[in-house]
Amino acid sequence: MKRWQNAIFYLVIVYLVLLLGPVAGLDIPRIITEIAQSPASLVQQLLVGLVNGAIIAIIALGYTLVYGIIELINFAHGDLFMLGAFMSLTVVGAFGIQDGASLQASGLAMLVSLVLSAGVCAGLNVLTERYAYRPLRNASRLAPLISAIGVSFIFINLGLFWGGLRSFFPIMGANAASPKSFPDLLPRIDILEALGIESNIEFTTKDLIVLVVAVVLMVGLQLFVQYTRLGKAMRATAQNREAAKIMGINVDQIIALTFLIGGALAGAAGLLVGLYNNTVVFTMGFTAGLRAFTAAVLGGIGNIIGAMLGGILIGVLSALSDQYLSSRWTNAWVFAVLVLILVFRPGGLLGENVQEKV
Amino acid sequence: MIKCFSSISLAVTSLAVSLIIGACQNNPGSTGNAGGTGTSERVKIVSSLPMTGSSLGQTQTVVNGIKQVLDENQSTACDGKVKIDYEVMDDATAAAGKWDPAQETANANQAVADNAVVAYIGTFNSGAAKLSIPILNQADLVMVSPANTYPGLTKPGAGEGNEPNIYYPNGKRNYARVVPTDILQGSAGANWAKALGVKKVYILDDQELYGKGIADIFEKTAKENGLQVLGHEGIDAKASDYRALMTKIRALKPDLIYFGGITQNNLGQLIKDARNVGMKADQVKIMGPDGTFEQALIDAAGQDAEGYYATFGGVPGEELTGKGKTWYENYKKKYNAEPEAYAAYGYESASVVMNAINKVCKNDRAAIRDAVMGTKNFQGVLGTWSFDANGDTSLSTLSGNAVKNGKFEFVTKLEAK
Repeated sequence: MKRWQNAIFYLVIVYLVLLLGPVAGLDIPRIITEIAQSPASLVQQLLVGLVNGAIIAIIALGYTLVYGIIELINFAHGDLFMLGAFMSLTVVGAFGIQDGASLQASGLAMLVSLVLSAGVCAGLNVLTERYAYRPLRNASRLAPLISAIGVSFIFINLGLFWGGLRSFFPIMGANAASPKSFPDLLPRIDILEALGIESNIEFTTKDLIVLVVAVVLMVGLQLFVQYTRLGKAMRATAQNREAAKIMGINVDQIIALTFLIGGALAGAAGLLVGLYNNTVVFTMGFTAGLRAFTAAVLGGIGNIIGAMLGGILIGVLSALSDQYLSSRWTNAWVFAVLVLILVFRPGGLLGENVQEKV
Repeated sequence: MIKCFSSISLAVTSLAVSLIIGACQNNPGSTGNAGGTGTSERVKIVSSLPMTGSSLGQTQTVVNGIKQVLDENQSTACDGKVKIDYEVMDDATAAAGKWDPAQETANANQAVADNAVVAYIGTFNSGAAKLSIPILNQADLVMVSPANTYPGLTKPGAGEGNEPNIYYPNGKRNYARVVPTDILQGSAGANWAKALGVKKVYILDDQELYGKGIADIFEKTAKENGLQVLGHEGIDAKASDYRALMTKIRALKPDLIYFGGITQNNLGQLIKDARNVGMKADQVKIMGPDGTFEQALIDAAGQDAEGYYATFGGVPGEELTGKGKTWYENYKKKYNAEPEAYAAYGYESASVVMNAINKVCKNDRAAIRDAVMGTKNFQGVLGTWSFDANGDTSLSTLSGNAVKNGKFEFVTKLEAK
């Protein structure tokens, strides 16, 4: 009986895809010809998707970390990331760095902005936890969620205000709400070309830097959580707050530490995205946050490796959809895949590792 | 008041009391208007434009233009018999960062509810006009837009099947605009592209009424001009980047990417990513309509904005002649700043309304509507022009502009066919 139901369910899904797909640009023969004609563009799009996915994953880490420990979806995280980007832009502007400045000239500015934006975001996140989430820790689960949405609005308006401070920071441009141009500082050398390989594929040092930073952060965080005393305390707090307390763990401090790390990651991501996309705008947190949150859920929320996997999956899917389907339907395709995956694996791709909490 | 108290004493239920108090409070205001042959009338003009978000640069100068008209007339009409108030409404919200449908609807309803309001200047965005025209139409309130260019708002057969009649439920036109429509701008853009030596073009739009409309007309004219259209796609305006899309376009080797849309729908990022994936400014030109003809675009795209082309459904302030030249100099003197492209259109909209109030000389929405719609041979800052039966201007001179050294510069006058 169960088998029959499943079979019918699969059939319905296939039917829906075949029925609605063509509307959204799904034309299988055309796609196959296009891939056959130019396999290079497939590879190129996979690379684009991989790098975009890495960026999504870095932001997703903040969601997954906080959810892992107190089961709160911190909706303000995306906007915290936006503030990190603003902080970086401000610092870079204060150093007087312009488009195309040499690495020697901009290196110090980038380092300072990394420290400052990670620091400011970490501090903000700890304050948020202290005053917006901690008082509600024992309230119903929806209360901190609403509180998080409120904090998110505060951050958005803070970003809007910050963007209007052009008399202090000329780099903010003429208008508070306009997107601001972030100087292009990372070197953009085509690696394949530099290695002497002739191809139509472009993979620059800029892309490589993003990938390396993402992997380093991911691995570092995983090692921290798995193998350090503090990491162990975090896992203990996540599993059972009361028992952790009995064992002598200062739960409040551990949770604050989690927010500190999450905030610092958001700040670092803000700088990285500023350097990579070269645009900073006060609404960027919402979009980025939505995608990152989706990636975290897709990978299994609370799971660090899952966030990476989810991010890359979303990045690659979007890139392929832009290339072979239609860019106006990209979000629809990405979220359709998300729904499908969650239907079959409600815990996300790597979701089983998460401890079931009482 | 005595009457009031006596009726209260007669009233039995509290419901009745509250009704009567309401009636008493309403009375003084309405008698003042009805009896007044000697007293002056007060009428009100409102403008509904996106004042939060990056359109502010443009809309602030539109508001300045409107205020300029009022100041020149000491906010009165009919030799001082009619006093004119002006209220600036904002149809954008901080959360959206641009115009918001709910806010625009609320503004229109508020204008209708206020008996003093006789004219509604706005909107900036064609999509917003779609919402407010029908609301104002049923109240016989005239709407004059300084910036809407979507043809379907006025021209039969230019938009969807039931446009434009769907916007005018009471059957009478109440909407006019002082800018030429996208039909002219889209085709002028395609003509310009041809003159610039473009052979292959990829068209993108932001999926909004304005952007898609203009991109469709560009596509049609481009094909007529013998340009090869490689593709036409809508973008997701909220995406954080467009590298995948631009990588795909790069492989098709276009000479021009045409973007139908507004700056606020992420054009800055789009231009950056076009350059990021290696399409150089001298190989692949990027062009857009007047919704991108503003400083905000240059702020957003930075160095990559160099060489960006924008058409504009009129002529920039400094290129105006005659009355327009005088206006341009007055504006600079008064506000100590360069007017953005739409400032002259704000001034012209307010002038047309002022002209109509001067003809009617009383608070009569329908009469003022008819006076505005019947404007003929109006000598304004944009030249001498008339509204046709659809409420469209008879002007057809457009301009082509390009970014040079971090600023938009006038390149050429364009005549639409």
